[in-house]
Amino acid sequence: MIALSDYLILSAVLFCLAVAGIFLNRKNVIILLMCIELMLLAVNTNFIAFSHFLQDMTGQVFVFFILTVAAAEAAIGLAILVVLFRNRRTINVQDLDRLKG
Amino acid sequence: MEKVYLTIVLAPLIGALVAGFFGGRIGRRGAHSVTILGVGLSTALSFYVLAQFIWNDLPVFNDAVYTWMVSDGIRFEVGFLVDKLTALMMATVTFVSLMVHIYTIGYMADDEHNWPHGSKAGTNSYQRFFSYIALFTFAMLMLVMSNNFMQLFFGWEAVGLVSYLLIGFWSVRESAIFANLKAFLVNRVGDFGFILGIAAIAMYFQSMDYAEVFAAAPAKADLQVNLFGGVSLMSLICILLFVGAMGKSAQVPLHVWLPDSMEGPTPISALIHAATMVTAGVFMVARMSPLYELSETALSFVMIVGATTAFFMGLIGLVQSDIKRVVAYSTLSQLGYMVTALGASAYAAGIFHLMTHAFFKALLFLAAGSVIIAMHHNQDIREMGGLRKYMPITWLTALIGSLALIGFPGFSGFFSKDAIIEAVNGATIFGSGYASVLLTFGVLITALYSFRMYFLVFHGKERMDAHTRHHLHETPWVVTLPLIMLAIPSVMIGWFTIEPLLVNDWLTSGDWHPIVVHHAHDTLHQLADHWHGQWAFIQHGMTGLPFYLAMGGLFGAAFIWWLMFARNPQLDEQIQAAGGPVTRILLDKYGFDDFNQRVFGGGGQSLGNALWNGGDRMFIDGALVNGSAHSVGRLAGVVRHLQTGYLYHYAIAMIVGLVALLTIFVGL
Amino acid sequence: MGFEKFLFYCFAALTVGAAAMVVTRRNPVHAVLWMVVAFVSSAALWLLLEAEFLGIVLVLVYVGAVMVLFLFVVMMLDIDIATLRAGFIKYLPVGALVATVMLVEIVLIVGPGNFGLDAFPAPSAAGVDVNNTRDLGMMLYTVYVYPFELAAVILLVAIVAAIRLTLRYRTDTKFIDPVRQVEVRKGPDRIRILKMPAVVEAETQE
Repeated sequence: MIALSDYLILSAVLFCLAVAGIFLNRKNVIILLMCIELMLLAVNTNFIAFSHFLQDMTGQVFVFFILTVAAAEAAIGLAILVVLFRNRRTINVQDLDRLKG
Repeated sequence: MEKVYLTIVLAPLIGALVAGFFGGRIGRRGAHSVTILGVGLSTALSFYVLAQFIWNDLPVFNDAVYTWMVSDGIRFEVGFLVDKLTALMMATVTFVSLMVHIYTIGYMADDEHNWPHGSKAGTNSYQRFFSYIALFTFAMLMLVMSNNFMQLFFGWEAVGLVSYLLIGFWSVRESAIFANLKAFLVNRVGDFGFILGIAAIAMYFQSMDYAEVFAAAPAKADLQVNLFGGVSLMSLICILLFVGAMGKSAQVPLHVWLPDSMEGPTPISALIHAATMVTAGVFMVARMSPLYELSETALSFVMIVGATTAFFMGLIGLVQSDIKRVVAYSTLSQLGYMVTALGASAYAAGIFHLMTHAFFKALLFLAAGSVIIAMHHNQDIREMGGLRKYMPITWLTALIGSLALIGFPGFSGFFSKDAIIEAVNGATIFGSGYASVLLTFGVLITALYSFRMYFLVFHGKERMDAHTRHHLHETPWVVTLPLIMLAIPSVMIGWFTIEPLLVNDWLTSGDWHPIVVHHAHDTLHQLADHWHGQWAFIQHGMTGLPFYLAMGGLFGAAFIWWLMFARNPQLDEQIQAAGGPVTRILLDKYGFDDFNQRVFGGGGQSLGNALWNGGDRMFIDGALVNGSAHSVGRLAGVVRHLQTGYLYHYAIAMIVGLVALLTIFVGL
Repeated sequence: MGFEKFLFYCFAALTVGAAAMVVTRRNPVHAVLWMVVAFVSSAALWLLLEAEFLGIVLVLVYVGAVMVLFLFVVMMLDIDIATLRAGFIKYLPVGALVATVMLVEIVLIVGPGNFGLDAFPAPSAAGVDVNNTRDLGMMLYTVYVYPFELAAVILLVAIVAAIRLTLRYRTDTKFIDPVRQVEVRKGPDRIRILKMPAVVEAETQE
């Protein structure tokens, strides 16, 4: 049978791939956003696995809300990105250093 | 009677308010009419009350008319205690005040000359002056009629305030402003002690009421308080209260304000700085006699301070050349006599001298003012002389005042001063020997400076310039009438009042004792025991040393400043030059002013500067206010380099933090 | 090894592989497409966990809407990929190291020792009458009704925010302002009556 730990390890792998992705694509904001989506996917998978193994619907409710918020976040994030590109003609993180102290 | 008492107090206040707030509308005539009416009413009622006490045995009035608040069981009230002592004071205060009011009409008649043209403070100054002196009468009455310590303090501060206003009345004069500030500050020192004394009473007696405190006092006579290692409560309270009296009654070393207060108009010098306000301290100590009788330490302190003032301040009077300052130093000296009497437990004698002195000193001041008017506000006695011919009334009244002051037999001052010297001779407490010697020789000094001034002003060569001499004439009736009115009691009051006051225990008998004297301290009973009438007293006085000293002073002064001076006009300067260092010390007034100026004034200034520079500018502004802002700025200047502004640095920081947390989690 | 386990490994491998492709692709369009693969296979895994509704939602909402949005943005923006890729190789070792360390640590915690079948035995499969969508709906509309409403508000806000952020008024386009259109009055705005003197025909030149 498939154990809970199998799912959790799968999530961990996904999460770590996303972390590595942040390191590798550190200049491309779109890929960064996608990495965050991947992380959320990993987290959601964890929730659902626990929900299944504990026979508790609450985990799925949580995932539902996370999906909602993630969708909103993606929409706003991409909108900001579009405005950013419109103003600066770039999405290169290296060029976005207005907050430098 | 409550209505009568209220009227006595409130009539001058109403006059003051009307003259003060509506002075511009009612004009000069209106202002002096309304204040004189108020004070006159109060004078008439005061004499009525006094007469009731003398002949009809009026019961003592002691009641609150208004309760302000009750806090922790201590009542704060406005109340009156009217007994024989109060009645005597009321009559003296209101009478002298009334005389001064009338006199002021003449003295301040051309006051606009004293102000720069167009000066705003100069408009209605005449009305303002009347408002102030009526207000002063109110304050003094509140003080003497009070039946509790809070109201006493109110009156005490109110007379101080009015005094401040009046010394600096000519507010465009630099010296007047300096003098009134000085008076105010020196009185603050005294009042600090005074209020501490009141606080001690409130703390240990849980009451502000005279009667309650006096009733409870004997039980606490031996109480020790833990202050600097155990002192007697009574001594502490009495000395603290006396510090207040030292400020108000100008005793050494808090006397420095009184000579300077001569910057005020002369009526004020007569009213406040001779006859009434400065006697507040004497009155207060007499009123507190039930407390002072419980502490011989305090009595000795009072006596020594008083005797020192009496003798050494008189000496300074010898070298002064300003007519008002001579009288001012004589006031200091006479206040010293009164205070010494208090120290000798001869409270009645102190009050007796207070009363006689009020009349003759007011007389002398008003006569000096009359001379000043005639001399066109020149106050230097070296430029006077021979005024006898021009101003006969002033001359005669001034002579009477001077004779009363030096204690010429038969005059009022003779009775009171002799009684004081007798009482001090009879005293046995610590310091009485010192006081006795100083007071006796003080008589000689008194005679010398009084008649030095008298001869320099009224006799000898006319040393004023031609213009002034041409305009010399006797002053108008509003000036001379008070002189005559004051000259009468200056001569006679002693004769009529010595017997009841000092011999028949008018003040210390009855159900209520206005003055309490313990038998062991009772120095006046010797006088009473040997009392054979006024004539006998005079004859006895004429055999004593003080009489010979007074006469010696009188004739010495006559010889030096009348006979010799006529031949040698530089004599005064020569005598002073011959005095050498002694003269210099006297001219420096023993260095009190320099000392205060240098140590307290300079010290305060440098302390203030140090606190301003070191405390305020460097520590608070520099280190705390700007320093914290700067350190935040500097820290931020360092820390801000951590903020690269690159998104991935923040992301990496988060990841590193996550890894660290995970590591800790695994480790657990 | 049952069929279920086989499916799990298949989809797990697909998900991990797709995720790896997402982070390594040079072209963002490809990355987004691989992301779609990762989501779809995850949805399959969720079905294995009997979360049917959420699995479908993941496909419909995420793949259908969010990922399309990503694709749309990626395609719309004119991105210079070369500069964005600069330093990719340089950071590969660091990224790999950090990811590996993290993975090891997480596995130490969530590995079979703590969360194996002994600790959490697999529940028996749900019967055919169990309706996941109905159960979730019952929870959402009863216990979690207020958070649910809040989530709706959040979505509304997101919509408004996204529109407001990207909206721009262009001055070079011609359009009709309906506000001004309805404000037109009949008399002064539409017809103007002019009074002018009669014009005499000019004499023609001979």
